[in-house]
Amino acid sequence: MTARRTPVSLVVYYFGLIAMLYLPIAILFLFSINSNVTFSFPLKGFSMIWYQQLSHNAPVLNSARNSMEVAAGSSFAATILGLMVSILMMRYQFRGKGLLVGLSVLPLIVPYVVLGVALLLLFSAFHIDRSLWTVGIAHTVVALPYTLLIIGSRLAGFDASLEEAAMDLGASYPTTLRRIVIPMILPAAISAWLTAFTVSFDEFALALFLAGTQPTFPVYLFSQLRFANRLPIMIALAVLMMLGTLVLVFIAERLRSRD
Amino acid sequence: MFDRRITFWILFLPPLLWLAAFFLFPILLMGAFSFRADTHGALFSGWQLSFRQYANVWASQGFLRLLGLSALVALAVSLVVVVLSYPLAYFLAIYAGRRMGFYLVLLLVPFWTSYLLRVMAWKIMLGSNGVINSVLLYLRLIQQPLEALLYNRTAVTITLIYVWIPFAALPILAALQRIDPFTFEAAADLGARPLSQFLRITLPLSLPGVFAAFFMVFIPTVGEYVTPLLVGGSSGSLYGNIIQDFFTKAANWPLGSALSMVMLGVTLIFLLLATRLVNLRELLQ
Repeated sequence: MTARRTPVSLVVYYFGLIAMLYLPIAILFLFSINSNVTFSFPLKGFSMIWYQQLSHNAPVLNSARNSMEVAAGSSFAATILGLMVSILMMRYQFRGKGLLVGLSVLPLIVPYVVLGVALLLLFSAFHIDRSLWTVGIAHTVVALPYTLLIIGSRLAGFDASLEEAAMDLGASYPTTLRRIVIPMILPAAISAWLTAFTVSFDEFALALFLAGTQPTFPVYLFSQLRFANRLPIMIALAVLMMLGTLVLVFIAERLRSRD
Repeated sequence: MFDRRITFWILFLPPLLWLAAFFLFPILLMGAFSFRADTHGALFSGWQLSFRQYANVWASQGFLRLLGLSALVALAVSLVVVVLSYPLAYFLAIYAGRRMGFYLVLLLVPFWTSYLLRVMAWKIMLGSNGVINSVLLYLRLIQQPLEALLYNRTAVTITLIYVWIPFAALPILAALQRIDPFTFEAAADLGARPLSQFLRITLPLSLPGVFAAFFMVFIPTVGEYVTPLLVGGSSGSLYGNIIQDFFTKAANWPLGSALSMVMLGVTLIFLLLATRLVNLRELLQ
């Protein structure tokens, strides 16, 4: 193939757009080390005061812990459910398979506001108080498509004859799943779990309807937006969380692309 | 194969029951609730089948007009996003070579950043004492802060475009990568100039990815309510916001349910349209 010279305009376009994408994030970062409460240009000075105040601001840290709990629980459940559906999808033929798989992927399409109010209605109808549990249940539903697709694509790439060999050698099907299938797809399962964790951790549209007296971090952040003087602390924590999320995403991507 | 059948039920029942209880049933319940006539009494007492809520939705021009407007905003957002991300995907697929992985991660980091945070960043950018205004004031280009930047539909549109750009590049990139490199070589050997090669070979072959990107942005954007809540203010609200209002502030759940069902119906129609278009394209190849 003849060497193709990269058009300069395309390179300029790429890096220009990348700069535009990073600019608001960079401004948030600046905001978190800005010594002033309002962000007016030019900046008066820098300080770590917001990060220091963060360490003894109980409500903020509480909401962060709530988010952690919801994300840990819902991502675990979503990974188990995704694992179940993906094994059925790739290794079984049965009537209603399309229905089950379709139902599992559909939460990707249904608007969050619709799912949020529908679940709110369900919990109210059965007199279930809103709590971190109700948020976690909703997050399990919306994280399932991701875990299913990640684990399913790994399962599709791995030969079913290994399982047949194990069973020919006398292993029962549950044993085959436990000793052959699960270890093979473990990296994908961990990647799915991390992805579901980040989906839940960041989720606001459903949590706003379903969080009770204990807010998750995004819900708490939203409730604090009215108070301009509390914003820098919130943004400081959000910046820390962004870094944490990025680490998780990188690990998830690494595990997923390892084949 | 007895144990295989037992395993089947162990694998089959939990996800089915979970989805039935927390996905299918709530939506059916909401559908049933939308046929409730009034808001008096407990949730499920004195229930009479009535089409009154749907009649309300139909009679009040405002709701349907807002739905149309939301679809228009979503259309504008998805078109701009697809046009802006196509060159990104093209650069990554054709010219980035060995460094594609790095360039792709660079593009995706903003997408992995908290959604609420990115929307808030735009609030700080556009606000009356925000970044753009302070810079303009500092440079003495304006005397008074511009109020028109934030809390309107333009702010919502800009923010949504910003949020979706990295995401839309992915399906286009995947479609471009599926094109056999020898196709380009053949076209060049036969004397196609770069522009006609792009217009007659690359672009048509990447159209499935373009359609996929379009719908992957369009469908969630029609139902969006968080971005308008933060940067839209009262004049920039979208259809999702009135659903939210009827379930929170206004507390008219039957009407809110009817509005939700309309939203769901519209979304499913768009989904159907999307699968038609994308499949049709693949059949043509």
